[in-house]
Amino acid sequence: MIKTNVLNDDKVFDIVKTVILVTALLLVMYPLYFIIIASISDGTAINTGNVWFLPKGINLEGYHRILKDDMIWIGYRNTIVYTVVGTSINLVLTILLAYPLSRKDFSIGKYVMIFLMITMYFNGGLIPRYLQVKNIGLMDTWLVMVLLNSVNVFNVIIARSFLKSSIPETLYEAAVLDGCSHATYLVKVVLPLSKPIIAVLLLYYGIAHWNEFFTGLIYLKNEKLYPLQLILRSILIENQMQDAMVEDLSDTNQKDIGELIKYGIIIVSSLPVLVIYPFLQKYFVQGVMIGSVKG
Amino acid sequence: MVLRVKKHMAKQYQLYLMILPAVIYFLIFHYGPMYGIQIAFKDFRPIDGITGSPWVGIKYFERFFKSYQFWRVLRNTLLLSVFQLAAGFPVPIIMALLLNQVKNMKFKKLVQTVTYAPHFISIVVLVGMLNVFLSPSTGLVNHVIRLFGGEAVYFIGKPEYFRTIFVASGIWQNAGWGTIIYLAALAGVGPELYEAAKVDGASKLQIIRHVDVPSIAPTIIILLIMNLGRIMNVGFQKAFLLQNPLNAETSEIIQTYMYKVGLLQMEFEYSTAVSLFNTLINVVLLLTANRIAKKFSENSLW
Repeated sequence: MIKTNVLNDDKVFDIVKTVILVTALLLVMYPLYFIIIASISDGTAINTGNVWFLPKGINLEGYHRILKDDMIWIGYRNTIVYTVVGTSINLVLTILLAYPLSRKDFSIGKYVMIFLMITMYFNGGLIPRYLQVKNIGLMDTWLVMVLLNSVNVFNVIIARSFLKSSIPETLYEAAVLDGCSHATYLVKVVLPLSKPIIAVLLLYYGIAHWNEFFTGLIYLKNEKLYPLQLILRSILIENQMQDAMVEDLSDTNQKDIGELIKYGIIIVSSLPVLVIYPFLQKYFVQGVMIGSVKG
Repeated sequence: MVLRVKKHMAKQYQLYLMILPAVIYFLIFHYGPMYGIQIAFKDFRPIDGITGSPWVGIKYFERFFKSYQFWRVLRNTLLLSVFQLAAGFPVPIIMALLLNQVKNMKFKKLVQTVTYAPHFISIVVLVGMLNVFLSPSTGLVNHVIRLFGGEAVYFIGKPEYFRTIFVASGIWQNAGWGTIIYLAALAGVGPELYEAAKVDGASKLQIIRHVDVPSIAPTIIILLIMNLGRIMNVGFQKAFLLQNPLNAETSEIIQTYMYKVGLLQMEFEYSTAVSLFNTLINVVLLLTANRIAKKFSENSLW
């Protein structure tokens, strides 16, 4: 009797569980899917609410106008440069910091950790930082985009936990017996064994640079230096279409094509992330797990 | 012996050299600005520099506390983050507990892949998506409302909808991502616990309640403390991008206010005072949360 009760309870639970998870799946997926179909549909059909599950009247005019626009290309190029250079700096500084911190025999390690942790919860705030950037002469230069967030403390902690837990101490002892210095040991032994954490750091830092807009908003005046996200903002949020995008259009067309451009530009700007996402998934799951090891 | 110590020191200097670039970075971009906080207590004159400008005491703090904006931005900040925490914090926990019970690996993988994805969307694109979906004339949401015979609503322009939009979109973007850490914690639960529970005739719900939840409780508490410490930093960039003059009534939070008076109206001292106030509340909240956690369990940040 008791047994059947449990079985019934479990059955009800399984149904409720499946319903909840399927609902969550659809709620997340549908908006993403809708953007894809809307970006290639007929502008009027979207605006009047006639696109639901399949694209209507395939229209690539949105993409055509996006790709024709100079500012998009400038933004794309800038963001690629900022991401590549910025992420390289991030990676080098983070590893160089995490390695000594992972060494038990590093005498000032504890104090360096405190020095880093303080910055996680306490900072000068917007204006003092702004004045500092101004004083150093980084205002309105591309350097500000790659230098400003050179090290993320959370990522350092992740890297340090990884090095501590995944690289056997015996390797170090053996290397020392062979007369190996820390620098050689880091390059020849630690780095080749650290591919998972390097992938994780590349991913976290890379995405952060790709999505960065606020630094550009505050410190850049010259439009030629704008990252992609800043250009997206003016089109998507401030509704300012670049001239080249909407020239030779009548007012009604402008509205329809305008919506198409918005859907299309969401795709175009997220494309690199969408394309590499499936390949990276196993790494970021790993990353969170490494990070959850309390350092 | 002496030789050994010397050798040890020689090796340590390499470690010192390695951390040097990062230490310089933190000194310049983090500790340097901390020195600049003093302008909250000064009348800042660019010519005299931070050090040379005259002290004025707590003049700018008084101005903030007396301004008509004070209670509004404080209330908006606190309400927004409390709603966000109350609505958003449990969702990943529930999702992880449910996902952990899924036996069909393909379905599990699909749910995870799809629900992680929004985490990687930039904040600009997210707000852009909200704008197109919530548009009164052309947006998807209002098409649905009209389909069911309702009236279109100008969501982004109404103060009463701001918090809902902010919190709901946050859950949409980050709930899936938040499950990872709980799933990792659940993966570490010993199989013998489940076996024992089954032998005792526990139902799935009872297993969740008596085995799963206690196992991930330490993770939950740590994450809760960290979230409490950030309560005053509620997604400033998203609030900033979602904000417009029509919804300012509820969307103006301390950080957007600090940005406006600081960088748009160039009131450096005033803005720094506002920001310092924000940081201080944050630190107090973090310390309090940590102390409470320490008192009631063995889990705390330090």
